Amino acid sequence: MEKKADIAMNLEWCKSCEICVKFCPQKVYEMGKFYPKIIAPEACTGCKICENLCPDFVITITPLKEKKKLETA
Amino acid sequence: MDYLNYLRKDKMPHIWCDGCGHGIVLKSILRTVDKLGWDKNEIALISGIGCSSRTPGYVDFNTLHTTHGRALSFATGIKISKPKMHTIVVSGDGDATAIGGNHFIHAARRNMDINLIIFNNNIYGMTGGQCSPTTPTGKFASTSQFGNPDSPFDISRLAEAAGASFVARSTAYHFAKTDKYIEMAFRKKGFCVVEVLSPCPTAYGRRNKSTGKVGHEMLKDQKENSVPIERARKMKPEELKDKYITGVFIDRDVPDYFEHYNEVKKRAKLK
Amino acid sequence: MSQPNPKIKMMQGNVACAEGAIAAGCRFFAGYPITPSSEIAETMSLKLPALDGNFIQMEDEIGAMGAVIGSSLVGVKSLTATSGPGFSLKQENIGFAAIAEIPVVIINVQRGGPSTGLPTKPAQGDVMQSRWGTHGDHPAIVLCPSSVEECYFMTIRAFNLSEEYRTPVIVLSDEIIGHLTEKITIPHHSDIDIINRLKPQSDPENYLPYENTETYIPAMANFGEGYRYHVTGLVHDETGFPTNDSKKIEEQLTRLYNKIEKNHDKIIDVSEYFCDDMDTLIIAYGAVARSAKQSMLKARQEGHKVGLLKLNTIWPFPEKQIVKLCQNIKRIIVPEMNFGQLAHEIEWATRRAIPIIKYNKINGEPITPLDIYNILINRK
Repeated sequence: MEKKADIAMNLEWCKSCEICVKFCPQKVYEMGKFYPKIIAPEACTGCKICENLCPDFVITITPLKEKKKLETA
Repeated sequence: MDYLNYLRKDKMPHIWCDGCGHGIVLKSILRTVDKLGWDKNEIALISGIGCSSRTPGYVDFNTLHTTHGRALSFATGIKISKPKMHTIVVSGDGDATAIGGNHFIHAARRNMDINLIIFNNNIYGMTGGQCSPTTPTGKFASTSQFGNPDSPFDISRLAEAAGASFVARSTAYHFAKTDKYIEMAFRKKGFCVVEVLSPCPTAYGRRNKSTGKVGHEMLKDQKENSVPIERARKMKPEELKDKYITGVFIDRDVPDYFEHYNEVKKRAKLK
Repeated sequence: MSQPNPKIKMMQGNVACAEGAIAAGCRFFAGYPITPSSEIAETMSLKLPALDGNFIQMEDEIGAMGAVIGSSLVGVKSLTATSGPGFSLKQENIGFAAIAEIPVVIINVQRGGPSTGLPTKPAQGDVMQSRWGTHGDHPAIVLCPSSVEECYFMTIRAFNLSEEYRTPVIVLSDEIIGHLTEKITIPHHSDIDIINRLKPQSDPENYLPYENTETYIPAMANFGEGYRYHVTGLVHDETGFPTNDSKKIEEQLTRLYNKIEKNHDKIIDVSEYFCDDMDTLIIAYGAVARSAKQSMLKARQEGHKVGLLKLNTIWPFPEKQIVKLCQNIKRIIVPEMNFGQLAHEIEWATRRAIPIIKYNKINGEPITPLDIYNILINRK
């Protein structure tokens, strides 16, 4: 499957609320021992639900289309 | 959009508990500021006391953390003496409608050109979970351990009745709606209130399991039990029990404070 | 419009406070109606709009205090005025202005208390509240006018002090002075000295809003001028952000204390009358100082060696100025329209080395020259 988005996580700010794990429609995340981990990066569609619902400014989703646009600009 | 452009990174991570909705609401505010391209030097973010009122410490604007309930009065002074300042007040349910209730209804009455974002978590979180003016009747708090005997305020209807130009309610879960309402508020003159229901798992959820105990359960509760105002208008009161009515309560074009006061100035100069 | 300057006219004390504020550059007033101070609000509502200033009648006294702080923070000199019950309500935000170091002026036209008390009658019951009304250790500067002219000039001075020291300043007037109408000479605008807050010289990246400077008074940037900083009522460090570091807490609170403490000589203002040759010293302030002066002059005419120390500032307390006059005197008379709020301080300052006769009137009637004269003559 072709990767559609980059997922960046700043776990230093993460409080392990699991919101990303529970609300990702593609089940990209799974709860690790302390922090969420990305288990299916290729499944990410870049919808940003996890980013918008992350209360701790941990997750940044960059859809590759956007990234290309930024690079060529 | 990069949130880091707006955050005071050295103050992060913020103090809000895991699963607290306040961070989600703050992101909506920042996205809207970014979308409108406002100059950070021309934004004043003002708060009172409580969990929501810690917001200004984390953002790179002109930030003012005032006394409990009084943020709107400080904001009134700022806006009047520097009208070009985008004046945003963030407040909690207790801050805005208990100790600050008088400032709230009067800012609305004057239609003062201020944007008020209320983070309503139905509880006093910072002080350990005492019941607030929006804790529903019968619900539990550290000062209502046998169920809250009081009736709650409906903040949005209160703001509407008091004269605000624009009033809308969203939930932390419905971030896209929150973005939309905050943008409508920011673009509009006069007193604009966006009430966002924000889960407090630590102080509210833990004691009132019906809404979920932890943050993601409480967001799910918001997702499942929110009713758009258009639909709610057709529903019976008993059908609306434990539902969250969201949507635009009022959006009216009425003169704001400055329109009236500028007339006062004109008349004074003629004398 | 233009009138010859200086202008001589009849004016009411409260109106003179408002005129003084405008002369000092005040362009924002927020208040709430309360007797016997309302003429200040009314005058400001009349004058400010034509000067492109702003008047707002707030929903309560607390809101009025908040609004003036907000307005000052964006660089506009701001005033509020009240009386006893309203002064009690303002205390919360006076504390905020003190710790956040925001210049504002509060005029308290005292009436009888406690509580609703005597709305139309004079008193001096707020002496201690003007010093310690808000909680916590905080600086205080309090001026006490005893004439209409002093209402005008002391309000100007209050603004100057608030700007210079970045602190709330209180003008403690009273019902007698507030409602007194007498002659006043208003100087030409260019003859009035105006002090404005010190602006930062550093660039915004290096700006420390609460820097511990040699003068103890940090430069103040106004909101909206490119210095995006944080203002809070929490104890903060030099950056303005809250701190729990005991060293930083001590540093900042000590600076707050020192900025007034180390400048007593520049702030304290007293007037001495016949103090070179006296055996009796009257110490008085506000409306009572007028009666004291009359009684002193009468007693002097009759050969009694009486002097008067009129306190134009009561806080910081003029300890040094009082002690200096106590070298060769037999007694001190302290007439006050309270139960001896300042007399107690004077006892402390003089270590009770000299007998102090307190004359206290709390029944809503003014202390008359005859009252004080009788004490001078009859009490040894």
